[in-house]
Amino acid sequence: MTTIATTAPGPREPEMTDPTPSTQPLIMTSGLTKTYGRTTALDSLDLELEGGRIIGLLGENGCGKTTLLKILAGVISDYTGEARIAGHRPGPQSKARVSFLPDTSFLPHGARARYCVELYGDFFEDFDAHKARELLRFFGLDESMRLKEMSKGMREKVQIALAMSRRAEVFLLDEPISGVDPAARQVILDGILSTFEEDSLLLISTHLIHDLEPILDSVVMMRHGSVVLAGEADDLRAAHGASLDDIFKETYR
Amino acid sequence: MQFDSTLPIWLQLVTEFSRRIVVGLWPSGTKMPGVRGLAEELGVNPNTIQRALSELEREGLCRSERTSGRFVTEDTDRIDQLRAELAEGAADEFVSRARGVGLTRSQAQQLLTDRWDHHDHHRDDSPRPEGARDD
Repeated sequence: MTTIATTAPGPREPEMTDPTPSTQPLIMTSGLTKTYGRTTALDSLDLELEGGRIIGLLGENGCGKTTLLKILAGVISDYTGEARIAGHRPGPQSKARVSFLPDTSFLPHGARARYCVELYGDFFEDFDAHKARELLRFFGLDESMRLKEMSKGMREKVQIALAMSRRAEVFLLDEPISGVDPAARQVILDGILSTFEEDSLLLISTHLIHDLEPILDSVVMMRHGSVVLAGEADDLRAAHGASLDDIFKETYR
Repeated sequence: MQFDSTLPIWLQLVTEFSRRIVVGLWPSGTKMPGVRGLAEELGVNPNTIQRALSELEREGLCRSERTSGRFVTEDTDRIDQLRAELAEGAADEFVSRARGVGLTRSQAQQLLTDRWDHHDHHRDDSPRPEGARDD
């Protein structure tokens, strides 16, 4: 079982700790398995992730990251094993708490950014349109621009502005910075960091670990549908004397 | 600031924040920036900032007030002690590197004297006096 603690591990001596924490993990999977024909995408995955954290979901292409996020988002339902979001099975109740950013565009290509903000407002009760407009401004985007007139990086920014502007408990971002140039990556990460609410859980899948090093609390490294390594970012650095990027490369060699 | 991603980031933050206190960027007795602001300024996870600030607190360099925020200690002796600790660390590093390239003590001392003023033109983090102008 991969458990990532909710409290920031400070240098202080731990006070009287309750062996069974009263707060349930925001995300829990147990024996989670998903196959596509003969291919096993998730192989009896056990995971417990708690709130108030930014967690990197790392792994090579095809290791099961996207499948895991899609199950948690309630997009894929033909899996076996257990998955819970704040105690709920993926479904209408969990979807109300989960903001999912898929790795493909889901917005009408001809629409203006302004219209996309309205669209999101119609879809999601917890959507904060004011915040979305602020993020669009932060990203230097013009609301009257149509998506098809935008570069790939700009479209990515629109989608992130929308996904991050829900008052959700769990944010699942699938490869939010891939295919975007390094300068734009930093702006996107700054935007994500500025909107992160302290109780929520942000799970970001990526293979661009280097860019995410300073913003991650902890990492879950996956391979062939299971977890190969998980832990606190700074603890892993201290234990290995290496960056997460180097540990990743070592793990997948 | 640039982080060395092979070392725990919270420890690098403790060093950076200590430096800010010692050089007076965060003057004794004044309110420190909040966690959120620091996270955005440095592009670092807020929990990591929190961990570094807790360590500063544990070391008696700042204190938290429930409602009004976090303040740099008013104990200037403690800040002087911190300055001495940081300076000692820098000196140790210099000594070990100087030894590493085979300098004698007197050569190292001479080198320090020669180079002392060299950095004056490059210092940019000393607090500027009010109304200071570039020209």
